[in-house]
Amino acid sequence: MSAAQLLTLSPLLVVSGTVTLVLFVVAVRRKHLLTATLTAAGLLVALCTLPMVYRMLPGPMISLITVDGYAIFFMGLLFAASLAVTLMSYQYLEQQKANPDEYYVLMLLATLGSAVIVVSTHFVSFFLGLEILSVSLYALIAYTSGLFRTEAGIKYLILAAASDAFLLFGIALIYAETGTMEFARMGPAIAGGHLALLLPGTALFVVGLGFKLSLVPFHMWTPDVYQGAPAPVTAFLASVSKGAVFAVMLRYFTEMDIHSHDSLVLAFTLIAIASMFVGNLLALLQNHVKRILAYSSIAHLGYLLVALVAGGELAVTAAGYYLAAYFVTIIGAFGVIAWLSEGETEADAIDSYRGLVWKRPWVSGVFIVMLLSLAGIPLTAGFVGKFYVMAAGIGATLWLLIVSLVVSSVIGLFYYLRVVALMFTRVTDDEEVAITPRAGAMAAGVVLAMLTLILIWLGTYPAPLIDIIRKTVVHLT
Amino acid sequence: MDMILILLIIIPVIASIGSWISAGRNAEWPRWICLTALFADMLIILFLWTEHSQQAASAESALWLAAVNLRWIPQLGIGFQLAMDGLSLLMVALTVLLGMAAVVCSWTEIQERVGFFHFNLMACLAGIIGVFLATDLVLFYIFWEVMLVPMYFLIGIWGHENRIYAAIKFFIFTQAGGLFMLMAILGLYFVHGLHAGVYTFNYFEMLGTPLPALVGFGLMLGFFIAFAVKLPAVPFHTWLADAHTEAPTAGSVILAGLLLKTGGYGLIRFILPLFPEALDVWAPFAMGIGVVGIIYGALMAFAQTDLKRLVAYTSISHLGFVLLGVFTRNDLALFGAVMQMICHGISTGALFILVGIVQERIGTRDLNQMGGLWSVVPRMSGVTLIFALASLGLPGLGNFVGEFLVLVGTFGTSPWMAAPAAVGLVLSVVYSLRIMGKAFYGPKKLEQPIQDLSPRETCLAASLIVAIIWLGVFPQVVLNTVSPTVKAIQDPGRLRMFTNNANPQAVALPRSPGILSIVRQGGSNR
Repeated sequence: MSAAQLLTLSPLLVVSGTVTLVLFVVAVRRKHLLTATLTAAGLLVALCTLPMVYRMLPGPMISLITVDGYAIFFMGLLFAASLAVTLMSYQYLEQQKANPDEYYVLMLLATLGSAVIVVSTHFVSFFLGLEILSVSLYALIAYTSGLFRTEAGIKYLILAAASDAFLLFGIALIYAETGTMEFARMGPAIAGGHLALLLPGTALFVVGLGFKLSLVPFHMWTPDVYQGAPAPVTAFLASVSKGAVFAVMLRYFTEMDIHSHDSLVLAFTLIAIASMFVGNLLALLQNHVKRILAYSSIAHLGYLLVALVAGGELAVTAAGYYLAAYFVTIIGAFGVIAWLSEGETEADAIDSYRGLVWKRPWVSGVFIVMLLSLAGIPLTAGFVGKFYVMAAGIGATLWLLIVSLVVSSVIGLFYYLRVVALMFTRVTDDEEVAITPRAGAMAAGVVLAMLTLILIWLGTYPAPLIDIIRKTVVHLT
Repeated sequence: MDMILILLIIIPVIASIGSWISAGRNAEWPRWICLTALFADMLIILFLWTEHSQQAASAESALWLAAVNLRWIPQLGIGFQLAMDGLSLLMVALTVLLGMAAVVCSWTEIQERVGFFHFNLMACLAGIIGVFLATDLVLFYIFWEVMLVPMYFLIGIWGHENRIYAAIKFFIFTQAGGLFMLMAILGLYFVHGLHAGVYTFNYFEMLGTPLPALVGFGLMLGFFIAFAVKLPAVPFHTWLADAHTEAPTAGSVILAGLLLKTGGYGLIRFILPLFPEALDVWAPFAMGIGVVGIIYGALMAFAQTDLKRLVAYTSISHLGFVLLGVFTRNDLALFGAVMQMICHGISTGALFILVGIVQERIGTRDLNQMGGLWSVVPRMSGVTLIFALASLGLPGLGNFVGEFLVLVGTFGTSPWMAAPAAVGLVLSVVYSLRIMGKAFYGPKKLEQPIQDLSPRETCLAASLIVAIIWLGVFPQVVLNTVSPTVKAIQDPGRLRMFTNNANPQAVALPRSPGILSIVRQGGSNR
């Protein structure tokens, strides 16, 4: 392996190195602040290597992984998301009085896995990354003691294992038919002629991916796991894990040219419509904020699928922008929940938000901005993302999908506004809430403020990010 | 010079933030900050207006007074683009006037969370001014949505008993309409892009895009739904009564006086010039909806006992005239529609203020519990009488001019629409006099002493009375201001301003395969 190859892999190497370093440090000296700082620093360094790697493109290729602009953009997104989650976790874990150190090791490992997923251009490397990610997540979900933690962990473990079986079987069938596991050679191999096993193989593959992305009808686990997991882990699950899988899915289906397969387009159209409606309708019935956000994330992945079905440069840019906006929003939203959680009780029940604005205006303001962004109100990043996806969809004349998107997001407004209205309810007993100063609140507060500013910046002046996305993700198309 | 339009929007934004911050020191500061800011805006508008009338006297091409075109999201062909013509000027002037009225009328009514209230009020006004100025379709959509959020808070926080329900209903109706418009905007973007090879949301570039019949009709319908919800036209009106009734007085004034006008403005600014062919089919139906609205609104108003709800239903009736006038598509009717929008803003705004005052004093809006107020509060009753007369279309007051022009304009082309619409005028007499008869005449029902209009309220009422009489006696000032626009709308080519210098925002995207194949066929057929 040449030096140039090693350099292109430096983001992955930095994260792996940090994992080792943190493990070593934890073995010698257990100090929460030290572990968290090392983790954050490692992620920051990994983030800083990305522009350098980008300048070296096109780098040398290895058949298992390809570090191209597309991968670099998504790695940047994933590292930044992990960094934000890490900083928020510190004050959350401080209150839990659990052993916090291994948490960071698992978090780093999961980030590594997700990064491997986005650089993979081969089924083997993809599956490897996916397993690193999933195994770390099993442990993370059940981390810290709390109501439903173990249940959520086991549920995720069993269902993820089952979906991995589907995924593997699908991959095996595709391999049996095409004779290759490389994404790039998939297109030419398929173009040859009618392949009987390709369709069932792809279907099983999609089932596996659908589980990871919690698309309807593979979404059953989502609300329980989201509710059961610690809030920062839920933020990680909703952003990093889904983002990485979506990135590779977009890459794979672009390489194999989804548009030449009518049945695939139809399947994705149906899944997208089902996800939008089921997600938004079931969210109406929930009384727990984490469950509401879980169902809303199902709907949001449905919106993202519109970009996948649309295809083309505009759609890939749209997907990149949408994911960036969604990352900021969902991490911010779960960050607020983590911030509001006291001890082992999480601020999950919708009643704990009643009149919150008058008690804690700043954090409520952040939460309202996040909810408005999820609802797609202008001047927030969520609007630009939704606008972009709609543009991509209309450009490809997917009227059915677009009308579903519009109708279902109107339904979605109900539950976002319901939470906002509840926060503004006048509370008669103006009891003064004693807010105990908490260790690490500073870091989490700064992260929340940053996320809010980024959200509004992306919503009001999106041109720079669009430029970045265009420069990087076009490598795909 | 051209930055002056941005200033018009920036001043309320600064005032909104300023009043929020300053409320911590003194609860009176936000009110004064907002008034000062609106006064500054008014000065700018008066400056532009004098400039405009001088231009109109000297040159013929006085359509656009000022324009701004800044780069914003060049990758998608979205620009920060504002322009002002006579129509926008009048609408912005109305916005600022009613904004002042809203600040003054909530002087004693709003006592809690004063800073946040004025923040929302001014943010909403900034959004409305933006709607009246934007000439980039995405920018227009953004302003259109931005004014909703503060209004949602105004209703949801400071409203009456059933405020949360009303606020959510209001938000969802308008947002749903807005999303259909966004779909239509994007559809127009791609159709125009395919036709011209340049992808842009610039209003001036999009004018005159040839549209195949079916596509044009669909896109027009998308815009129409959004504006019809706002206006509100009859099948989409159900949010209005709840929102108006539950909102605080200032919220009702802005809702009735301004938000409804954005719908009428959108019809004139966008639907008429962008989709002339589709309108040949649709206009009769739209006029029918307008007539139904006139009659239905009047009948419903008559049936109400809640005074605020009654005034809300009169809005549906009055704005039916706007819909009728706009879709008649001749000069007279369009003049009438514009006139009606302005006068309805002032007269209904004033009525909501008066209802708010009554409710503040006697604690109810129920007509059955009022009676004989004239002997107790003569000044208040006199003012109410003037605006009730304005509402029923008494000659000499502004509303008469609007309704008369609409009816005259319509009668020439479609008498069968004008005849039932004229019945609406009769019905308006019935409900307006019912307000007076029930609440102000008749036996006295309330024993407690009621305070008459305070000096502050008297000044407010007096200025609105002056405005409505002035509009009734000298409507020509308004008509002159708006006439270049009305003339140009009949011939959309004349609306284009920047035909010579190519739009810097425009970008050429690669034509992706499979885009709008209908359009391409339709385009080649033409």
